[in-house]
Amino acid sequence: MWRYLAAPALFIVLLGFFLVGLFRDPTLVPSPLINQPAPQFELPQLLDPERTLALSDLATGEPVLLNVWATWCVGCRQEHGMLVDISRSGEIPIFGLNWKDDRTAALRWLERLGDPYVAVAVDDDGRVAIDWGVYGSPETFLLDGQGIIRYKHIGPIDQAVWEREFRPRIAQLRQGDS
Amino acid sequence: MSMRGILMALMLLGLLLSAAPGWSAPHTPLTVEALSPLEDPAQRARYERLIREIRCLVCQNEPIADSNAPLARDLRREIRERIEGGSTDREILDFLTARYGDFVLYRPPFTPRTWLLWFAPILLLLGGGWVFWRVLRSRADKPLDDDEAWSEDPEPAEDTPR
Amino acid sequence: MVPELGQVALVLALILAVVQSVAPLWGSYTGNRVLMSLAKPAVTGQLVFAAVAFGALTYAFVTHDFSVAFVAGHSNSELPMFYRFGAVWGGHEGSLLLWILVLAIWSVLVAVFSRQMPERFVARVLGVLGVVAVGFLSFTLFTSNPFDRLIPAPVDGQDLNPILQDPALMFHPPLLYIGYVGFAVAFAFAIAALLEGRIDAAWARWTRPWTTAAWLFLTLGISLGSWWAYYELGWGGWWFWDPVENASFLPWLVGTALIHSLAVTEKRGLFKSWTLLLAISAFSLSLLGTFLVRSGILVSVHAFAADPSRGMYILAFMGIVVTVALALYAWRAPSMASDAGFKPLSRETFLLANNILLVIATLLILLGTLYPLFMDALNLGKISVGPPYFDLAFMIPMFPLMLLIGIGLHTMWRQTPSTPVWRKLRIPALAALVIGIPMPLFFYGTAGALTVLGSILAFWVMITAVIDLLPRVGPARLTRSHIGMCVAHFGLGVLILGVTFVSSYDLEVDRAGIPGQPVDLAGYEFTLLGTRGVQGPNFDAIEAEIEVSRDGEFVTTLYPQKRVYRVQRDPITQTAIGGGWRRELLVSMGEPLGDGAWSLRIQYKPLVRYIWLGTIFMALGGVIAISDRRYRLARRRETEPATTGSAPAAAGGQG
Repeated sequence: MWRYLAAPALFIVLLGFFLVGLFRDPTLVPSPLINQPAPQFELPQLLDPERTLALSDLATGEPVLLNVWATWCVGCRQEHGMLVDISRSGEIPIFGLNWKDDRTAALRWLERLGDPYVAVAVDDDGRVAIDWGVYGSPETFLLDGQGIIRYKHIGPIDQAVWEREFRPRIAQLRQGDS
Repeated sequence: MSMRGILMALMLLGLLLSAAPGWSAPHTPLTVEALSPLEDPAQRARYERLIREIRCLVCQNEPIADSNAPLARDLRREIRERIEGGSTDREILDFLTARYGDFVLYRPPFTPRTWLLWFAPILLLLGGGWVFWRVLRSRADKPLDDDEAWSEDPEPAEDTPR
Repeated sequence: MVPELGQVALVLALILAVVQSVAPLWGSYTGNRVLMSLAKPAVTGQLVFAAVAFGALTYAFVTHDFSVAFVAGHSNSELPMFYRFGAVWGGHEGSLLLWILVLAIWSVLVAVFSRQMPERFVARVLGVLGVVAVGFLSFTLFTSNPFDRLIPAPVDGQDLNPILQDPALMFHPPLLYIGYVGFAVAFAFAIAALLEGRIDAAWARWTRPWTTAAWLFLTLGISLGSWWAYYELGWGGWWFWDPVENASFLPWLVGTALIHSLAVTEKRGLFKSWTLLLAISAFSLSLLGTFLVRSGILVSVHAFAADPSRGMYILAFMGIVVTVALALYAWRAPSMASDAGFKPLSRETFLLANNILLVIATLLILLGTLYPLFMDALNLGKISVGPPYFDLAFMIPMFPLMLLIGIGLHTMWRQTPSTPVWRKLRIPALAALVIGIPMPLFFYGTAGALTVLGSILAFWVMITAVIDLLPRVGPARLTRSHIGMCVAHFGLGVLILGVTFVSSYDLEVDRAGIPGQPVDLAGYEFTLLGTRGVQGPNFDAIEAEIEVSRDGEFVTTLYPQKRVYRVQRDPITQTAIGGGWRRELLVSMGEPLGDGAWSLRIQYKPLVRYIWLGTIFMALGGVIAISDRRYRLARRRETEPATTGSAPAAAGGQG
């Protein structure tokens, strides 16, 4: 008798997994870099290619954002206004990583839509993006004052994402610092 | 299209069209140089095997060998340069998993978490063998005649070897 | 107006499906023959209304009625007429309608061809099919209505996905669904048997042709899908172990096991509960496949977020149907044990091994497909399980299976003396070694152990399958079902041959094709002569002209294209294939490199055609087996006790 019950029992366990699985996003790949020191880089800046931006510039002792963007990226266009708002409010400094983009187009983009970035590094061949585990843009990293990656958001940031995912984490980092 | 097969394309089409993914992939031109083959046949074989075992993250379900996504191209370039630079397969895979996690490996690493997966073939074969042996043993002692209630075949089987 | 007509027809079909499920099942318990007799008119009506709904959607496509959301999303005013028909199932909602139509057709066929079966049994079978129909009709109506209107109507549609704009679209989904849904019939037979509390030889004989029919359509459907992916996607792969492919392969494997287990049940009355479990499982895996594909739980982007109700609905439906079926099984099956025996060397033994190995293969693929889901659900991280795992795991049960097939075919029921089997098989064994070992070495110079093993097994399976068809070797009188079996197994051997050689010796390069400069691959020289623009009905393309030669001799000219469909602007690669039974040559265009040069992917695929040829033989074997007069004879025989439905098996005794 018992072995005949194995099939329905197994199936019900399977159902449980499916139920849990339905509420997960199978496409989200968590970064193994969370709570790891951010990868080193030194890249030319977008506005002034003579100057470079390096990881050391991001470790200011305060939390910062690093936003990976490009002009060919639809999601980046969606979130740009939000980034400009955040930048205006002075909540947190935002650095940019312009990923595999056309320089002229990128400059025009910032001119037209506003420039929320303290500085933008240009990653032409995508090597730094690989080091950071970037797989689609926009992606936004939250770094603490010591240059450790604390959070990564994949996809555009909107008001809801900002309030749900970023604000509490930033507040927590600031508290931890003091 | 970032989808894996026609089947999937067909079945997910409606869903994909209604969804609005927030990101997109960059477009950078390919060059003639990037397509010249690796000189050393052993290195070339390693390269071709590795790019089949790395999952393209942008596309979600194809190896970087089959993807035209620029990230897949960058990763192919990275792997190629590392092979030419003398890295072992292990080092290359470690380089990738350190950045993207185990998700990029189509061949899941052998860890306690995947023991069940990797031991399953042998466990199931043993279990199947045990069932097979038990059924054979119990049936061998039973009468070869059919059940009374079981009807005769309307047409006798023609399975006599000659 | 017409879409509303379709909508109304769908609602009426649902109402009739409810009647079809409730009335006969209720009647079968109360002995109410009037209620039971409602099943057949209800199912016929259901088919009529399902066909009207399907016709209405087709009409909306043909007449470009973009006020229908589904049409607007999957068609365009430039879409050729041919594809407008296929576009009906070119998306989620419409393909559900196809599913419903196919189920209704199967159900009506069961009603028509069941005149000789006991009344109560037929009532229960149709009742169960009605339950399945209710599930899918309400799923369609409540979560995925293909007739939803867009207000205001768009001027033009978003077009059918360019990848789907291929003649294979006309055949692949219908074949696949006929197969998938056909297992619902075997499922309904199993549930009816469990409700009766007993099964007999007649039950097995009724179930067999239905199962074989579903199986052969599924075989063709999967095979066509594989071929389509092979030539359309341009990756040269014919099987990717993608979750969606696995979703169709799992019911196929269990269906194959079921066909073999049914043979034992029919002949010997053995494996009764096991056969019932397989019949339940084959359809459950079809449902599981539907769930995996349409809920977005494994592969899709944002599908669940887009519409959470769909995944939940199928999960709930599958959960209820399968749990009830398995619970019924756990309750009724234990009393179905048989007392018959067989000796270790007998056909039963080999069919048992077949079933165990096929189920192991099924479980391994299921585990590999769902393992990432398990890990994620338990918060153990995200992993991928891909071809390296599936190739290995699938091979492990398959090698012993291929070896045993050749022997099992030539054993007898109950017990077999070993000497005649050995005498009959020693020449085929020798032949398999003599042809199988040198063949890869002769044609390709080198061969690994797996290649040689695969080659030997391919010839072993082919030769042992056909020797019974030879005069003086095989039985004096061959039945259709025996011939069908031989043909299907021969096809399997052909399939293994193709798989072995193409996976061992295929070659592929990505190269810059520079006009006038040949690219070498496998002894062939591919020269890009030039490119030109071409215009299709709804796309613009750049077509390359590539001359293929070998040792300076012209072989063929290939014309791959890079297409941009005017509505969905994603570039689509149209692979050009130089066909042949010894090898196929594939060229697909990548991207322009400047100065008329293009990146090209060139592939050499030895014996790849034998993969699909093998599946055609397998399906053909199924057709031949179904035509066996035993099944028609059996039906005539069951006429007498059909009125009571209590003891159909008694009929057998009169023969």
